[in-house]
Amino acid sequence: MTDQAVEPEVGRARPRKEDARLITGQTNWTDNISVNGLLHMAILRSPMAHARIERIDVSPALDRPGVIAAFSGGDFAEVLGSLPCAWPVTEDIVLPDHPAVAVDEVRYAGDPVAVVVARDRYAAADALEAIEVDYEPLPPVLDLEAALGQDAPLVHSGKGTNRCYVWPLKTGEDFDSVRQRAEVTLKRRYHQQRLIPNAMEPRAVVVTPLAASGEYTLYSATQIPHIVRVMMAVVTGIPEHKLRVIAPDVGGGFGSKLQVYGEEAIALAVARRLGRPVKWTESRSEGYLATHHGRGMIQDVEIAANRDGTLLGLKVDLLADMGAYLMLVTPGIPILGAFMYPAIYKMGSYDFTCTGVFTTRTPTDAYRGAGRPEATFAIERVMDELAVELGLDPVELRRRNWIGHEEFPYTTIAGLTYDSGNYEAATEKALALFDYDKLRAEQADRNHRGDTVRLGIGVSTYTEMCGLAPSRVLRDLRYAAGGWEAASIRVLPTGKVEVVTGTSPHGQGHVTCWSQIAADVLGVPFEDVEVVHGDTKAAPQGMDTYGSRSLVVGGTAVHHAARKVVEKARKVAAHLLEASENDLEFTDGVFSVKGSPDARKTIQEVAFETFSSHDLPDGMEPTINAEHLTDPDNFSYPHGTHLCAVEVDTETGQTRIRSYVSVDDVGRVVNPTIVEGQVHGGIAQGIAQALYEEAVYDDDGNLVTGTMADYLVPAAPDLPDFVTDRTETPATSNPLGVKGVGEAGTIASTPAVVNAVMDALRPLGVHDIRMPCTPERVWRAVREARR
Amino acid sequence: MTHISVKVDGTTYEDDVEPRLLLVHYLRDRLGLTGTPIGCDTSNCGACTVELDGASVKSCSVLAVQADGSEVTTVQGLAHDGELTALQRAFHEKHALQCGYCTPGMLMAARDLLREHPHPTSEEIRHALEGNLCRCTGYQNIVRAVQAASEEEVPA
Repeated sequence: MTDQAVEPEVGRARPRKEDARLITGQTNWTDNISVNGLLHMAILRSPMAHARIERIDVSPALDRPGVIAAFSGGDFAEVLGSLPCAWPVTEDIVLPDHPAVAVDEVRYAGDPVAVVVARDRYAAADALEAIEVDYEPLPPVLDLEAALGQDAPLVHSGKGTNRCYVWPLKTGEDFDSVRQRAEVTLKRRYHQQRLIPNAMEPRAVVVTPLAASGEYTLYSATQIPHIVRVMMAVVTGIPEHKLRVIAPDVGGGFGSKLQVYGEEAIALAVARRLGRPVKWTESRSEGYLATHHGRGMIQDVEIAANRDGTLLGLKVDLLADMGAYLMLVTPGIPILGAFMYPAIYKMGSYDFTCTGVFTTRTPTDAYRGAGRPEATFAIERVMDELAVELGLDPVELRRRNWIGHEEFPYTTIAGLTYDSGNYEAATEKALALFDYDKLRAEQADRNHRGDTVRLGIGVSTYTEMCGLAPSRVLRDLRYAAGGWEAASIRVLPTGKVEVVTGTSPHGQGHVTCWSQIAADVLGVPFEDVEVVHGDTKAAPQGMDTYGSRSLVVGGTAVHHAARKVVEKARKVAAHLLEASENDLEFTDGVFSVKGSPDARKTIQEVAFETFSSHDLPDGMEPTINAEHLTDPDNFSYPHGTHLCAVEVDTETGQTRIRSYVSVDDVGRVVNPTIVEGQVHGGIAQGIAQALYEEAVYDDDGNLVTGTMADYLVPAAPDLPDFVTDRTETPATSNPLGVKGVGEAGTIASTPAVVNAVMDALRPLGVHDIRMPCTPERVWRAVREARR
Repeated sequence: MTHISVKVDGTTYEDDVEPRLLLVHYLRDRLGLTGTPIGCDTSNCGACTVELDGASVKSCSVLAVQADGSEVTTVQGLAHDGELTALQRAFHEKHALQCGYCTPGMLMAARDLLREHPHPTSEEIRHALEGNLCRCTGYQNIVRAVQAASEEEVPA
């Protein structure tokens, strides 16, 4: 080791450690796992949205070649409890029983009704056709407003209502009185269409039982192995200490794998019953029906302001589609959004009510931003409408209302305390990169000429709520789990380091970033750090990965654990160097005595000393390993400004993104390359919601967009090059200063794009278009306006 | 059952397969070559793209029996003696993958493109990769990576 200063790892644009495996096909996806005697499971699903099961006979399937067993709902009802909902947002929430396999009634197209187990996947799929089911159709429940009507058919007849819960948040001055004194009020209704997550890796489950000891290993393509373990212990009755959950390589999640799925419970039950390993892998089309969906909301928004643009208050009435059942955090998703409608703006009144509604559709749950994109969309759309009403530039209206950078920490009307931010700086940078004034001039010119291709400019100044979450806040929100995260660090005898993290990555690059964080604190080379994750045996504690919490909470835990290692090592080094701990400096992995730089011990030498344990301080355990559980003090609040310019062909309805600029402030950046990549992916999804994607159901409740051929996942030609940049305002709530980035792009981009489309078409008399703004919808809106 | 003889990543395999067995399942389940993943059942996503006699195909759209007598290259056959191809290196250096599930298909499709058009524009790259879906990267870094690889002398 030399005394040359080492360049800090945090902040470096490191290519990822993860890539070597992934670019050579040496992957460990759940579906890759094979063991001797493996059986394949296939699931028969309801072809109807709502029906009573009059009769079901699985026995004909047993006659098919290769079939080992077949089960119907009754077989599982005896051994599996209800699938869990961990977020009962109100005391009087309606919590229906949720069987992993339907017993007497199906409630969405795709609801499992029977299970076949066979020697190979083709045989299992074939045998499903032999199962006989008689359905008595029941009326589907599809319209959120009609579902709340007096005579609406019921999704869960025993519950007497389709209203799952009503959750209010009213703060500040009463909105009715604000409305009366406001100089301007605007009311708008926005629809958040249902989205289908489409993580590239379909879900998959493998269970290997060890009958003699009653132990089970569950491999699952999941974001949350630790939570799945707890929940599966509850649902299946397999004791928690006998259940090991492994999330191997996981090919994307986006919230859709933040779930406790019936198939995981079914596979455990089947493996237990048969004493054989089983595998289930969903086909993409099956996933469209059976993997939870996202969004699905109607937002009635009312904003009150003065003529000078000063915001006075906001009222939001939200109808949220729960789908047929409450999954792990279904009811809580719109509640996460509840806090974000006031966004970065100052106002004196906020009146929010969310009504959760059951429908006979696939359950909804967390998806890319989870409640926050929806909230940001509504506020950023209505801000644009208000700007039009007031004759103000949309950026100027925002500027007049946002929290000034000198006002942080700032407690919003929704009760959140934003620790830091600088909205002006991010916006100024974005406007400069975008060449805002020049584009406005071109727009005016095109409008003046009556060009058939119109230019529109959309802005979105967003913030998000990351780093889920302080456990006490979660308690107040009635969320069952805590928000802490765990890390432990093992310094091996040779000086190599294992970082054990409770977060469970699926593409975000935790291995690289956690290595960077640990390398800096410990003063060891980046290459000497390995990261252990995603296995409840190897990484026993954790709250897993979702909601942009991994870096903010999990990364912070790694930082603290590494600090503890250094403090333990300092004791050993002081002893070995016969110096006082206070006299030791620790730089780039070397303890040295102040004033005597030759008296030194590297942290690797200290690690070996604890291994040999020949000469440790009295009473000291022979280890410098350490663990830390971090419970955050606050959420973190990244923010930024996204600007989008679109060209809309008024003859064809086609929208083309002409340019897209984002400036995000995610606090301190651990790895700029990874941050940029996360932003890109997020923007792509936000654009997809604005222009392309929608889960469409017909009047009978069938999913019309039931395959990848029918649901438009954008491909490379559908998306532009993005210009991304950053400002950096460190978070004050964690020692790294990080804020989280995973969802920023998704949250910001949808309103930026739709605002741009509306900006292009408003001069033609078009006032709103429902997402996605497909060519047909745009074309119809233009035609309608011309009439 | 039908007898087939297929050379995959340099090794010849003799097998009896059901006529309906898809090439991708043959590779994954029979040969254990799980580097090629499956992302959909409608041939839309492109994750399972491999090279069949020098042309990229979606291996979920080809029967194993159709590969009889052919040569197949998968992502596992790209690197030789630990030496990555220019495309693989570029994907790593340009951060052209996140979860990595679409990556094998992207690499195979891009390889086909670069063979036909050694120096494509970004528009041409986007067009050539239209049949390969990615949910993580927004495609921009994939396009950059393919462009970077096209600028190298080393064959893709």
